[in-house]
Amino acid sequence: MRILEGQDVTKHFGGLTAVSHVDFFIDQGEILGLIGPNGAGKTTLFNLISAAFPISSGEIRFKGQKLNGLKPHQICKMGIARTFQQTKIFPDMPVLQNVLVGAFFGKRKRVSGADAAKEASQALELVGLSAMSAIPTRDLTLVNQKRTELARALATKPELLLLDELMAGLNPTEVSEAMELVKRIRDRGITVFMVEHVMKAIMGISGRIVVLHHGEKIAEGTCDEISCNKQVIDIYLGEEAHAGG
Amino acid sequence: MNLATLTSKKSLVPAVLVLLVILLATVPLYASLGTITLLISFLMYIILAVSWAMFSGPTGYISLASAAFFGIGVYTPALLYAEGAPLLPLPVVIIIAGLVALCCALVIGAATLRLRGIFFTMFTFGLIGASTPIIQYFEFETHGARGRYIQSMGIDNVYYLMLITFVAVMAIVYLLRRSRYGLALQGIGQNEEAAAHMGVDTTRMKVITFGISGIFMGITGAIMALSWKYVDPSTAFNLNYSFLPLLMALVGGMGQLYGPVIGALGFAYLRYTLLSNAARYYMLIFGIIMIVFILFLPGGLASLIEKGRNRLREVIARLVKGGEAGQHANT
Repeated sequence: MRILEGQDVTKHFGGLTAVSHVDFFIDQGEILGLIGPNGAGKTTLFNLISAAFPISSGEIRFKGQKLNGLKPHQICKMGIARTFQQTKIFPDMPVLQNVLVGAFFGKRKRVSGADAAKEASQALELVGLSAMSAIPTRDLTLVNQKRTELARALATKPELLLLDELMAGLNPTEVSEAMELVKRIRDRGITVFMVEHVMKAIMGISGRIVVLHHGEKIAEGTCDEISCNKQVIDIYLGEEAHAGG
Repeated sequence: MNLATLTSKKSLVPAVLVLLVILLATVPLYASLGTITLLISFLMYIILAVSWAMFSGPTGYISLASAAFFGIGVYTPALLYAEGAPLLPLPVVIIIAGLVALCCALVIGAATLRLRGIFFTMFTFGLIGASTPIIQYFEFETHGARGRYIQSMGIDNVYYLMLITFVAVMAIVYLLRRSRYGLALQGIGQNEEAAAHMGVDTTRMKVITFGISGIFMGITGAIMALSWKYVDPSTAFNLNYSFLPLLMALVGGMGQLYGPVIGALGFAYLRYTLLSNAARYYMLIFGIIMIVFILFLPGGLASLIEKGRNRLREVIARLVKGGEAGQHANT
């Protein structure tokens, strides 16, 4: 079943077309990767799905329901949660409080304080931050701030999770831990749509990959298909592929 | 009894608070008129500072609209109790003042809370700037005079109304800070975009909280008007009612519930002392204190007190530990 579907999705910023006539879909339960050079429109596409910006034309459907015109908090309550490329934590709150915001407000139904606390601590446990729940979030390392964001998103009980460069700035050990974590999240039945620059990571865990370039979708397919695609190699994987080959 | 139970606030704080309120409630029985008047103005500043900090503290949206809501409150009894006999019972008038202020705050909030940072502040500043001449114009046109006389309600009544409002605003802020909505407001202040993406309806949350803080400012204005007997636009919409609560909350510190309270108390007392003893230097000294606090104690008095308390706790913990060690050594 297609959980998320975009048709002819377009976004203009003044004269600049950041995302241009992109069609895409995500099947329930899969991990879909989104790659492309800097400025390709990956984050803009995420911002359109999560309603940070209004869409210029085209439409996005979540479980058959049109998302156009909704506000970010409504998108979240429908079951789409996200993290940010530049971490957007609540710096002065302890880690647990960050996650509690998601647990309290992320769902359509009102949750009791006890349930919210339980869900928050489960989310913290999943990302491995239980021991740091009382520390002010600003004092954490980058990787742990990213985990806090992830736990906060998970506490909203999403069906679809948008991960915007979760691995950026992480060292190799942290990257493989993060890959394991993403797989574990998928195994819990959460569909994952992720933007990533770390090729090893995205090739390792994605079922399919979509490639954007100058706002247009230039390729789509399994990891093998993408890594053999002439156009993708030319514009994006180019140097590395030639160096390796 | 050991030291730790003495300093544990769980049992002590509610008892002290109840005692304090009882004490304040009995003041009119024995205090002089001057003392009661002074207490009324202290309570007024506390309510204004606390209700300002209720919204602007966690969200970081610095509002200068307080004087507008206060002035609206002042003008409600001025219009309803004009010269003739009171038409409505006192509590009804006060509640109407709160509701009128609420409506204005909701409209202003809905229109302006999309503006971020300095733009919101500037808009609210312009609002008070504009309200004085507008009210003045309408007063001249419809009423033919600059100000209005209000029937006096008796200083004791004014005092009790102020005390009730004080208890109400403290209770509401206490509950708000502990609730999920308090958490959401903090989220808005620390990263509004993230809060929105985590399911917080940021616009609604901001507008409603702005409205609630407006209610208390309006009510306070209405109660004060009852003690003034005569009001005109420049006293009702005085800029001081925007700036003083802000300064008081800043100096007191907004991290703790009691921060704006001690800030307001300290400032109101200072203002009173300076105005009666050194009126010429009042603004100068005020300004210096302000600068010193912003430079050296951005967390306000409350942060200093919290630091002191933590230090005290550490010392006590060490003493208790030392005591236990000593006992072990003896056995």
